Amino acid sequence: MYRVVKKRLLAPAIALLEVDAPAVAAKVEPGQFVIVRVDELGERIPLTVMDFDREKGTITIVVQNVGYSSALIIAMNEGDKFEDFVGPLGVASEIENHGTVVCIGGGLGIAPIYPIARALKNAGNHVISVLGSRTADLLILEEEMRSVSNEVVIATNDGSKGVQGFVTDGLAEVLAQGHQVKVIWAIGPMIMMKAVVEYTRPLGIKTIVSMNPIMVDGTGMCGACRISVGNETKFACVDGPEFDGHLVDFDLAMKRLAYYKDEENRAKARLECDHEGGHH
Amino acid sequence: MAEIVEKPKKVKIPRHAMPCQDPKVRAHNFEEVATGYTQETAIEEAKRCLQCKKPKCITGCPVEVLIPDFIAKIAEGDFEEAARVLKIKNSLPAVCGRVCPQESQCEAKCILGIKGESVAVGRLERFAADCGMKAGEVEFEKVAPTGKRVAIIGGGPSGLACAGDLAKAGHAVTIFEALHVAGGVLMYGIPQFRLPKEIVQTEITNLKKMGVEILTNQVVGKITSVDELMDNGYDAVFIGTGAGLPYFMEIPGENLNGVYSANEFLTRTNLMKGYKFPDYCTPVKVGKNVAVLGAGNVAMDSARTALRLGAENVYIIYRRSRNEMPARNEELEHAEEEGIQFRLLTNPVSIQGDERGWVKSLTCLRYELGEPDASGRRSPIAIPGSEFDIPMDTVVVAIGQGPNPLVTTSTPGLVLNKRGNIVADEETLMTSKPGVFAGGDIVTGAATVILAMGAGKKAASGIDQYLKAK
Ligand SMILES: Cc1cc2nc3c(=O)[nH]c(=O)nc-3n(C[C@H](O)[C@H](O)[C@H](O)COP(=O)(O)OP(=O)(O)OC[C@H]3O[C@@H](n4cnc5c(N)ncnc54)[C@H](O)[C@@H]3O)c2cc1C
Ligand SMILES: Cc1cc2nc3c(=O)[nH]c(=O)nc-3n(C[C@H](O)[C@H](O)[C@H](O)COP(=O)(O)OP(=O)(O)OC[C@H]3O[C@@H](n4cnc5c(N)ncnc54)[C@H](O)[C@@H]3O)c2cc1C
Ligand code: SF4
Ligand code: SF4
Ligand code: FES
Repeated sequence: MYRVVKKRLLAPAIALLEVDAPAVAAKVEPGQFVIVRVDELGERIPLTVMDFDREKGTITIVVQNVGYSSALIIAMNEGDKFEDFVGPLGVASEIENHGTVVCIGGGLGIAPIYPIARALKNAGNHVISVLGSRTADLLILEEEMRSVSNEVVIATNDGSKGVQGFVTDGLAEVLAQGHQVKVIWAIGPMIMMKAVVEYTRPLGIKTIVSMNPIMVDGTGMCGACRISVGNETKFACVDGPEFDGHLVDFDLAMKRLAYYKDEENRAKARLECDHEGGHH
Repeated sequence: MAEIVEKPKKVKIPRHAMPCQDPKVRAHNFEEVATGYTQETAIEEAKRCLQCKKPKCITGCPVEVLIPDFIAKIAEGDFEEAARVLKIKNSLPAVCGRVCPQESQCEAKCILGIKGESVAVGRLERFAADCGMKAGEVEFEKVAPTGKRVAIIGGGPSGLACAGDLAKAGHAVTIFEALHVAGGVLMYGIPQFRLPKEIVQTEITNLKKMGVEILTNQVVGKITSVDELMDNGYDAVFIGTGAGLPYFMEIPGENLNGVYSANEFLTRTNLMKGYKFPDYCTPVKVGKNVAVLGAGNVAMDSARTALRLGAENVYIIYRRSRNEMPARNEELEHAEEEGIQFRLLTNPVSIQGDERGWVKSLTCLRYELGEPDASGRRSPIAIPGSEFDIPMDTVVVAIGQGPNPLVTTSTPGLVLNKRGNIVADEETLMTSKPGVFAGGDIVTGAATVILAMGAGKKAASGIDQYLKAK
């Protein structure tokens, strides 16, 4: 169980892994996540489900190398096994036919937005996807997104593809075309999600974001993942991860992400020394 | 060895102290604090027992351990037999000997305690159980399978005890545990220095040898549900999901960096072995000054853990006075010896942070004791204008836990009380849903290991009767 059956590099530091986990695959819905542990010594790492195949019994995740544990995950090969793979966790996205919806994926956020866009399209929505990345080479899953969207707008910071600028510039372009957008899903780095909700707040368009705070158990037992939503404390792992973006306190959430900066750097330094020593 | 059954005459032998690591040394390591009786001390202590005809001590034990019987075996030097006698009533004696609040249970009732010092039942229980474990392989009688299947949700003391008894009765048992290891609070909450994890794992291995199947990484309510388990061929279900939902004080500043729930702080340290970071990958962070809010076992464990992780000043902040502190006596004594500082009749009102969102100080209010309230306890009253600030880097909130709603909200037809605990029949522990039983902290609210274990056993007998009648 929990064997990697397929691995594909999507960008230099981003890997897609298809993992054998039939019981999870039988139950998962778009918007949910899993928690994995690479080995006995490992951290519990939350990762959003990018895709699932109920018949094959597999779950697909997309992982970006940002630190020690994610580096270990993207170094895994086909045939390697995760020690633990828990899920599905969190509340599934509320999928219904709203009419026209916009799905915004920024950077790695394109992976979690993919199953949501697909479900929204299958539910009869007109799905306009706005995909953003720093530069064209880092844009992931473009073809997959095209296959589940009615329209796709791309924004790159350096202008190497599509609109030059941020996903909010891509969104501005969509809105300028006069679409009656009912709901927006925005997933990506917190700073991006914050920019989107600030943009849509005065327009009064409902904007759903997917929060990714630091987690431990993912079952509502530890409170590590607490965020403030409408001045109430919520546990992102069981109450979310999706929330009404206009109610989320992003400044607090971003500060909380820096909780273990020192320790992360220590772990990273160790990774580098392990590599020099040839351990991994 | 005949003289041991004779009652001691006039000479009173004092209760034997528990050998412990030096407080100065142990405050910096995660090794077990109490090192355990030697054989000689155990025999001496066992001889203090009067072998009462109507042993009062048993009435104080929630599972009615055959106390004089196992103690007699220790006095005879037959430690393995002592362990066997213990196991008749208690499936986790090595755990209970260490963590039971004996002073309010078995030892509180011991006849010797009326005029002098009670027999050290807990310490003897630990001694015998450890001997039994060292002796290794426990023999299990093979029982004829009944063909019935029972699903147990949660691998804490209640679930483990229930599983053990059901397996002994010949039922096929599967435990569904949310975390990556079974053991519940025994693994994620109670620290290594009080309850070595190897002991818990040995008990779990024994259960597996009895044929109990343990599936980890199974969050019931998500991957499956109680109704699905019943539909998929389980003849009965036991819910033992504990009290795992952390309460916060709901004071300003609680979401600052540096504020932990006790559950998170202890889980990072114990379950994820954060004290061995970076060899183990999960970090846990304490600053120079640490405040622990609360005064129960959870608070003492958090405070002593913080000390071992390198904090210089660790404070227990509690609104009432020493007499009301709910922690076990031994934990309070150990905490004090190790240098934990008690700030009693003091209550936090807010946590101040710096511009980067980190804890900077704790603002507290002083209290005094007023008239006794309905419960007979003198209730604390705030002294107006007594606010003061203590510089602080880390705050651990240990004011209690409630029931986790994942299972209860995904099980239609399950009757809960207003606190969210499951309502179960007192005799059988069957819930409002036929074939679904519940016990432990999910029913009683946060209680003790032995009560949870006792509930697991009671439910096992309820389930056995239910399955036989089916
Ligand atoms: C519900 C949820 C879903 C997620 N889905 C994915 C996913 O599909 N793919 C993926 O690659 N990552 C995802 N993440 C983030 C992922 O869990 C973290 O990137 C990972 O834990 C980092 O571990 P590390 O040891 O490699 O890095 P660390 O050394 O721990 O951290 C490196 C950097 O990443 C930041 N970071 C740490 N934790 C998180 C976090 N939880 N979210 C965002 N940034 C973080 C830190 O601020 C730090 O700067 C998700 C997180 C959550 C909570
Ligand atoms: C830090 C701390 C110190 C303590 N010290 C003492 C002490 O010294 N003496 C004493 O007697 N008592 C002590 N207690 C209390 C004692 O540990 C508990 O009363 C006891 O563990 C309750 O047992 P339980 O089986 O009901 O639940 P738990 O031990 O809480 O076990 C519940 C299990 O169910 C699992 N679970 C929860 N939800 C799900 C789900 N949806 N699906 C699958 N599995 C699930 C959990 O992961 C857990 O493993 C302490 C508690 C804590 C937290
Ligand atoms: S189980 Fe606990 S209460 Fe019962 S005899 Fe043992 S230590 Fe005492
Ligand atoms: S009451 Fe005390 S002296 Fe009497 S049997 Fe029990 S432990 Fe021994
Ligand atoms: S991760 Fe522990 S409560 Fe959410």
